[in-house]
Amino acid sequence: MKVLLRNPTREIEIDGRRRVHALLTELGLNRESHLVIRNGTLVPGDGELHADDVIEIRPVISGGA
Amino acid sequence: MGDVGSKCRVCRQPAIIDLARHNANFCAEHFLELCRRQVVKAIEQFDLLERDDKILVAVSGGKDSLAVWDLLIELGYQADGLYVGLGIGEYSDISGEYAQRFADQRGLKLITISLRGEYGYDIPTASKATRRVPCSACGLSKRHLFDKAALDGGYTALVTGHNLDDEAAVLLGNTIRWEIDYLARQLPKLDARDGFPKKVKPLVRLTEREMAAWCVVRGIDYLVDECPMAAGNRHLGHKETLNAIEAQSPGTKAAFYLNFLERMAPLLADHHRTDQEALGTCSTCGSPTSGEVCAFCRLVATASAHEPVPVELVTRGR
Repeated sequence: MKVLLRNPTREIEIDGRRRVHALLTELGLNRESHLVIRNGTLVPGDGELHADDVIEIRPVISGGA
Repeated sequence: MGDVGSKCRVCRQPAIIDLARHNANFCAEHFLELCRRQVVKAIEQFDLLERDDKILVAVSGGKDSLAVWDLLIELGYQADGLYVGLGIGEYSDISGEYAQRFADQRGLKLITISLRGEYGYDIPTASKATRRVPCSACGLSKRHLFDKAALDGGYTALVTGHNLDDEAAVLLGNTIRWEIDYLARQLPKLDARDGFPKKVKPLVRLTEREMAAWCVVRGIDYLVDECPMAAGNRHLGHKETLNAIEAQSPGTKAAFYLNFLERMAPLLADHHRTDQEALGTCSTCGSPTSGEVCAFCRLVATASAHEPVPVELVTRGR
């Protein structure tokens, strides 16, 4: 699957399918500070991502005080 | 392995989000319902807004300010927006476009102020001229201009999009240093007083992740990229620390901040009142200040006299 990451914006390729939580763990990303989006729709933690999916992992933390 | 997936706690339809702190999953409809309920609860619990308040929302083009504006309009409040152009290169240009597009699509009024156009400086230049971190000049400028625009425009409430993560991170920073003055003021509502509008934070019961999800579900386009000048600041570090604890122990951020409001803030109330006494007025602009000239006017004087500094020069090496 194609995975779009931010800060900095980049794209990586992941082989095979994954549960959302497993993918975040694999990439070292905290599930409390990220959302996973497929075709404009949120995918929950136990949602399955398929090998041919294009997904965005969106960080939700912003720094303004 | 099929897409069995989790079900919404309310209707048992397929879920779109898992909220560990509620130990539950929600479909789009019931997730939005939960967010609305939390805002209504905050407004009632902390006596934030009256039905006839004339509201000004401080809008950055990011998720929280657009979400709070969207939520207040949905809940039937009358609310205009205020955008301050901070002059942080392309980042500011794009954030202003998101704010304007949101307002235009909904027929809402957005007031725009340009720091460079109206006060002769921008945040990168202010940071360089004052030799302080950019977030310091940025916060000072925004606070002053939000207050001024609210009072000048006859608004009865200034709303900001500060969420639970923002408040918990500031609380952590203030607690680590036992900043009693700041702790006493860290409330979801500051009442109007001479020279200051009522200021309220309706999103304090909702997390940053929930606000980003609100925008995705509602189809609100917002600026996802981080402010280039905020990268690596202490506030972000505190958020990461709290989220590391939250991952181990869901509900920690809510307990930390909301229990502070319930149990600790009342003990600091006398300190808060003392702290509010004895402000004079700025000899330049008339705003409340403890000195002769207010911090904003001193910043304008220093920064506008400095030659413009591009954002890259200030972010490099941070």
